[in-house]
Amino acid sequence: MKKVFSYLLVAVVLLFGSYASNAADGKIKAAFLLVGPHNDGGWSQSHNDGRLYLQKHVPYVETAYSETVPEGAPCEKIIRDYIHKGYNVIFGTSFGFMDSMYNVAKDYPNVIFEHCSGYKTRKNMGTYFGRMYQADYLSGLVAGMMTKSNYIGFVAPFPIPEVIREINSFTIGAREVNPKVEVHVIWTNSWFNPVKERSAANTFIANKADIIASGCDSPASIEGAKKAGVYAIGYDRDNHDKFPKTILTSRIWHWGVFYTKAIEEIKNKTWKPTPYWGGLKDGIISLGKFGNTVPKKVKDYVLKRQQEIIDGKFKVFAGPIYDNKGKLRVKKGDELSDQDKLSMQWFVKGVVGTVPNK
Amino acid sequence: MKDVHHAAILVILLSNAVKAGTILLYPTIGEIFAERAGVLNLGVEGMMIIGAFFGFIVAHVSHNPYLGFLAGVLAGGLVSLIHAFISITLRGNQIVSGLALTIFGAGFTTFYGQKWINMNLDTAFHTFNIPILSKIPIIGAILFNQDIIVYISYILTFVMWFVLFKTSVGINLRAVGENAKASNAMGISVYKVRYLWTFFGGIMAGAGGAYLTIGYAPFWLDGITAGRGWIAIALVIFAMWDPIKAIFGAYLFGSINALQFQLQAAGTTIPSAILNMLPYLVTFIVIVISSIIVKARHIQPPKELGIPYSREEK
Repeated sequence: MKKVFSYLLVAVVLLFGSYASNAADGKIKAAFLLVGPHNDGGWSQSHNDGRLYLQKHVPYVETAYSETVPEGAPCEKIIRDYIHKGYNVIFGTSFGFMDSMYNVAKDYPNVIFEHCSGYKTRKNMGTYFGRMYQADYLSGLVAGMMTKSNYIGFVAPFPIPEVIREINSFTIGAREVNPKVEVHVIWTNSWFNPVKERSAANTFIANKADIIASGCDSPASIEGAKKAGVYAIGYDRDNHDKFPKTILTSRIWHWGVFYTKAIEEIKNKTWKPTPYWGGLKDGIISLGKFGNTVPKKVKDYVLKRQQEIIDGKFKVFAGPIYDNKGKLRVKKGDELSDQDKLSMQWFVKGVVGTVPNK
Repeated sequence: MKDVHHAAILVILLSNAVKAGTILLYPTIGEIFAERAGVLNLGVEGMMIIGAFFGFIVAHVSHNPYLGFLAGVLAGGLVSLIHAFISITLRGNQIVSGLALTIFGAGFTTFYGQKWINMNLDTAFHTFNIPILSKIPIIGAILFNQDIIVYISYILTFVMWFVLFKTSVGINLRAVGENAKASNAMGISVYKVRYLWTFFGGIMAGAGGAYLTIGYAPFWLDGITAGRGWIAIALVIFAMWDPIKAIFGAYLFGSINALQFQLQAAGTTIPSAILNMLPYLVTFIVIVISSIIVKARHIQPPKELGIPYSREEK
């Protein structure tokens, strides 16, 4: 019994010993939770790109990542394991990690948590996201001017505000330049399922869609568009060079911008758990390269609008905005508040699809 | 004009439904034969995903879809021998062994599949028209503008129906499934027959899996078979252990798959979660209906299905 106790004691000393050494060398150890594979070609890879960017530009940080982390309770254990290994900053990069992070954050007030795309905060837990709707809108302008069939297919993961906002802003852009456009939606009910994404794209193409956009995490729908010889709007990362004839433009995340900012603040002890929602101006999002077939006239129009958004002269969700059942949602002269943008559960006029009732 | 447009959509969708159905048709026919010989193999899902995995890798490395397909077929056959060994030689519990095979397939491919995730095939099966038949309106465009794997499945279905009901090989294998002891007394090697048709079941499951990752969705993804192996097992009952009937079941499920996306694209108000559930929901319904028919018509599953055979027992 005594022996067992002494072993335990040694274990405890070792455990706390390693804590102390981590704190002493002054290094920040940041762990990243990815919902998909780190090389998914989309969302998770864009976060991993951000991690590598951080690693390259900030000398005093050490990073690690876990991929294909399940959303919900199981991810709690992964977070706790990282903390026991001495990691003191946790970046969770999917909406479904929110409650687990929120729970663990309570137990470890000295560890800093940053959660992407959620809304729960604590003293040691902040949130971050980007105003991707700005880039979605700009890519919608390109799609609206390039479509000939006026049928655009949008392959969408889950009916949550983040995705609905994406589809709405894209549609607002497309219909600003081409009021005949209809944007059709298929939900895959999965962040990463190339098989379903491809099937959805093929269904749109059978229905005479000539542009495929996607909010899912893999480039599978772009592959489908390429094979059928129609256009696609890229997402997450710039895959233009892989599909120069297919991709018209892309909506791209630059997470490294935020990750370096957060780590520097933590180092300088100026970090606060504020909700971060950067836009085009901050460089956390951007449009990708234009496809070879996009005419100069289209590019000029889009770049002009982009500058207006950066200068704050143009608002994507400015009224009047009607939903797709004909109800006026934003009055002329008004703009949708950030709060309403973040909780959006309705489609704008021009979207063919259904938001399931809660 | 609008009707022409709708007909064109329907043709494309049904042609995709045939492809999706082919993924199910191969494993269903394989399982029909294994069960007819008395071996219940619940490892179809596992054999399919193993076939899907090796098919994808070999097609990716060799840039040859046909070589990949062959590899998938072989891999499915090889893992089925595990089940054959346990359930025929060792006379183990077939249900447990089959389930273990399914779990093994999922675990193995998840573990070794990490680095293949999101890789694309730069190669595909060549689609070609069958002369004359492809000129039949609508049907021609749906059934006879496909690739070689789909055509083989047509021929195979009829050949296997013939083998099962019209040849001595078929009589022997059915006899083994109905009454192994009597078959043995008549000079049929029960072990040999059961090994052979269990292996055949594995080959066919491998073929279905390989067609999924090479012909239908040229990606690798964890759990890419998504329960199709289980649907194939349900289709065996739906088909009442008859290869020809299996073809209808397989295409029915292929169509449901295509339908869930088409309904959404057309702006249905049915929630997408329910549409995603459709194939599995229909599996339930199909089992219920076919069970009733089986009972009403006094169709029996193979009598000694799932019962191990031992020569020593007198």
